[in-house]
Amino acid sequence: MPVRGSREGADLDEQTLLAPGAPPPGSFAGNGRGSHLLGGQRAAAVSTVSTVVFIGAVIALFVFAPGAAAVRHTFFNPQQMKQAFLGDPSKGLYSVGKGLILNIEMFLIAEVLILFCALVIAVLRQLRNPVLFPFRMLAVVYTDVFRGVPLIIVIYGIGFGAPALYIRGISTQSDFVYGIAALVLSYSAYVAEVYRAGINSVHQSQVAAARSLGLSQWKSLRFVVLPQAVRTVIPPLLNDFISLQKDTALVSTLGAVIEANRAAQIDSSTLFVYSSYTVAALLFLCLTIPLARFTDRLIARDVSRRLAGSGTVR
Amino acid sequence: MSEPDVTSGFGGPQLGGPQPGGPQLGGPAPAGQEAVRLEDVHKSFGDLEVLRGINLSVAPHKVICLIGASGSGKSTLLRCVNLLEPVNRGRILLWGQDVTAPGVDENAVRRHIGIVFQAFNLFPHMTVLRNITLGPTRVLGVARDEAEEAGHALLVRFGLSEKQDDYPDRLSGGQQQRVAIVRALAMKPGIMLLDEVTSALDPELVSEVLGVIRELAAAGMTMLIATHEMGFARDIADRVCFLDEGVILEEGPPRQVFTAPVNGRTQQFLRRIVDAGRL
Ligand SMILES: Nc1ncnc2c1ncn2[C@@H]1O[C@H](COP(=O)(O)OP(=O)(O)OP(=O)(O)O)[C@@H](O)[C@H]1O
Ligand SMILES: [Mg+2]
Repeated sequence: MPVRGSREGADLDEQTLLAPGAPPPGSFAGNGRGSHLLGGQRAAAVSTVSTVVFIGAVIALFVFAPGAAAVRHTFFNPQQMKQAFLGDPSKGLYSVGKGLILNIEMFLIAEVLILFCALVIAVLRQLRNPVLFPFRMLAVVYTDVFRGVPLIIVIYGIGFGAPALYIRGISTQSDFVYGIAALVLSYSAYVAEVYRAGINSVHQSQVAAARSLGLSQWKSLRFVVLPQAVRTVIPPLLNDFISLQKDTALVSTLGAVIEANRAAQIDSSTLFVYSSYTVAALLFLCLTIPLARFTDRLIARDVSRRLAGSGTVR
Repeated sequence: MSEPDVTSGFGGPQLGGPQPGGPQLGGPAPAGQEAVRLEDVHKSFGDLEVLRGINLSVAPHKVICLIGASGSGKSTLLRCVNLLEPVNRGRILLWGQDVTAPGVDENAVRRHIGIVFQAFNLFPHMTVLRNITLGPTRVLGVARDEAEEAGHALLVRFGLSEKQDDYPDRLSGGQQQRVAIVRALAMKPGIMLLDEVTSALDPELVSEVLGVIRELAAAGMTMLIATHEMGFARDIADRVCFLDEGVILEEGPPRQVFTAPVNGRTQQFLRRIVDAGRL
């Protein structure tokens, strides 16, 4: 039977129920199949014209804008673009192409570490074993803080803070390592939340079925809940990794800022302090932690609503 | 420590001895002992008191059917026996041991209880065979190939062997529920708890699942069954319990409960069922 109750359903009804010879032919021609075909051709023509006009307008903007020439010279200079890609050591220019490879390296290493760390954090937040309580608390605080503080501040905090500690093995790493550490710290907090959402999306009856076989909480998580959770979070995870790929570029600011600060120190002969970053981080936390708590409350309410009647086994 | 007690009571040689030709049904019952005994069991969800003093005993190799209106607490009772819900008051004894006592290893207890749910609850990311071998391999420590062999034998026995490499969503509801029963049986439980296992099925699929349960009963499996299928309960049960607002109002052999109920509310309940043409 055709669907009833919606406009579309009604249309469908009429069309499919129009047995041979029922209404006079043509009475529905206006919105029948013929006009649909016609509409297809017309739509194609319209979209072609509109695309041409749009692209033309964008090109015109570049060509006729008052500053067009300057923009073209600074952003789209073919000579400079080629030089930038290859690099020119004699002029102290680094190759952007090489930088990209470094970026990809950093991204891949960070991604593997993030996937692992985030999973550990998400699982820690899920296990209800009282022995693990302190770790659970730690995991909550960690996700709140690192979801709340902008990545750039984490990068500066580690890039400048770690060397300043003078701890052997920690304070003498390269910016590459500090960059990865900052990315992992920051992104693991987000990705842990994605995992957690995936875990919560697995219905409680699955947990009940697993536990009733005698599987421990950890084993039901590992064999029943996590495999299903990971499957559902793969698309949002990929999304986060696109963003991670871009954010690796922020790490490069470490080098530049160090140079600038060194200059500033020489200039004023006072110690350059990073306390302003700390203040900024704290202010951000004041804004984001309430938001995080609010989100948690919403999620908890949703989960308990779906839980009703299906038991409370974890 | 009460923990070793519990495991020794259930574990023991009965479990270690798998029977290749098919499961040994009826389980690890020391002869003559009650399989399950509930003593004054109370259970509340917040302010809602769902079980208000349940006393019930299930003898080995017997089938007890729980009947009663929707919301009377049948599912909750079964979940309490399986320790999926903690009780607020009272005791539950399995083969003479108090499993509601503090310090009991709930996983060790659940190993000996098979439960089948209304909505099947198969694991959708695993094949039928893997659904069945998960418990034996990960809980009982049975070797993978051994567990698969035993699982296959069970599937053959219940006419599901061609389905063993399919994923649950490829199966009909009746097949899924039979797989869920096999999954529980693969743990060689001493008792099976069935919670309205045919309620989610199309009418024409009900009989294949009831057939499996009849087969289990004939093989001597101890079962506690919550059901709305009154005809089935009358045929299969050794005893029928009428549950109403969290208490067992009437209990007896099916012939007595169904044809000569003593309690007024039981009479009322059964009359409504008869009027609806379901008995
Ligand atoms: N996890 C829970 N949280 C809160 N209330 C619950 C929960 N589980 C069950 N209840 C309530 O307990 C009461 C008994 O529920 P139960 O599922 O045991 O009834 P039932 O006899 O199995 O009913 P049905 O025949 O419909 O399956 C119902 O009022 C139900 O809403
Ligand atoms: Mg129920």
